[in-house]
Amino acid sequence: MKFIDEFRAPELIAKAGKEIRRLAEPNRHYRIMEVCGGHTHAIYRFGLKDLLPSNVELIHGPGCPVCVLPMGRIDDGLSLAAQQDFIFAAFGDMMRVPGTHGSPLEYKARGMDVRIVYSPADALKLARSNPEKHVMFFAIGFETTAPSTALTLMRAKAEGLRNFSVFCNHVTIIPAIRAILDSPDMRLDGFVGPGHVSTVIGCRPYDWIAKDEGKPVVVSGFEPLDILQSIVMLLRQLRKGEAKVENQYKRVVPWEGNRAALRAMAEVFELRPISNGAAWGSSRNPRSKFARAMRSGTLSSASRFLVCGLPTPKRHNAARC
Amino acid sequence: MCLAIPGKIVEMDPQNAHLAVVDVVGVRRKVDLGLLQDEPPVPGDWVLIHVGFAMGKISEAEAVDQMQTLTMLGEAEAAMQEVRGYGLENAEQDESAQRWKQ
Repeated sequence: MKFIDEFRAPELIAKAGKEIRRLAEPNRHYRIMEVCGGHTHAIYRFGLKDLLPSNVELIHGPGCPVCVLPMGRIDDGLSLAAQQDFIFAAFGDMMRVPGTHGSPLEYKARGMDVRIVYSPADALKLARSNPEKHVMFFAIGFETTAPSTALTLMRAKAEGLRNFSVFCNHVTIIPAIRAILDSPDMRLDGFVGPGHVSTVIGCRPYDWIAKDEGKPVVVSGFEPLDILQSIVMLLRQLRKGEAKVENQYKRVVPWEGNRAALRAMAEVFELRPISNGAAWGSSRNPRSKFARAMRSGTLSSASRFLVCGLPTPKRHNAARC
Repeated sequence: MCLAIPGKIVEMDPQNAHLAVVDVVGVRRKVDLGLLQDEPPVPGDWVLIHVGFAMGKISEAEAVDQMQTLTMLGEAEAAMQEVRGYGLENAEQDESAQRWKQ
């Protein structure tokens, strides 16, 4: 396998751009939301907006699990880990995200045992090799990471490990989309559905968006051509007055998702709405209040410190992704 | 974390049925296969990895495409850093990780 630093299939990209301009009706303004931060990243990086006519507008969705994390969650996690003989373990993405009294890295500088892990399995390994300490894994992410946290907790329970816990900040994508659609000043025509989240949840969870809300959804890959093709598929539906869920990313996303991952999440987590006034999404829509849904671990032996739904006074504003 | 990393299963871990050695562009690390228990992959299969867990089986062609996409998005280095970090208890202080970062 080798890296190739080129735009693939430039002729197909030009063709897709042309098809978008053909399909977009000139007297109509289209507002399409890409839900996933990975898509937002690709749209900017490849300048895909320049390929779209001015009446096809892309609206950025809730996207990034670090950006939507309220500052209060970091404060709560760090204050728990400030106890004696605790190890605070988290992904590198979390290390510079500020809480009220500093980021995990700053706490580390002040003497807290803070470790970067790249997998929840490695946080569990830390617990195995430090039996005299308590390892708290600060879990973040949408459905791409939540099943791994779930399986790790199941493994901890099976092993009878008592010195491992998860501070659960996982969020789930469907309530986020629901909140976007419930927002009175948010008018959208359709959604570019997340790619890798859909590998886990499949395409069925989006059915209600098409059936009840009348908005098309196209689950999309991350290449420029994927995203443009997804916009073509959305515009085709909108032109015909249809609203259905389509899968542009069939080569990776099975319609039913990953059932084993869904089972692990269902066994370990429960959905918990929390309302903290955190505003997600477009800054043009600052008043939208979202009920974030949080999954909380329920394996009491393995997860002793599940602090979900605490008041979260502030939202950090330093995340740059 | 959110973007998947493609890898090829090299061999199963004889000590641990749910682990396998996976090759990601020449870097070999152990990855958890527990979330693919409904259709367990075998050596030679390609998988998409998130945070040390294989999350879906894919074709070789898709694996190449996905690595290319990560490269085009400027995320390939971060992805490789993640892969190199698997299994390291404190990757930040690990010598090999430090060397790689330089």
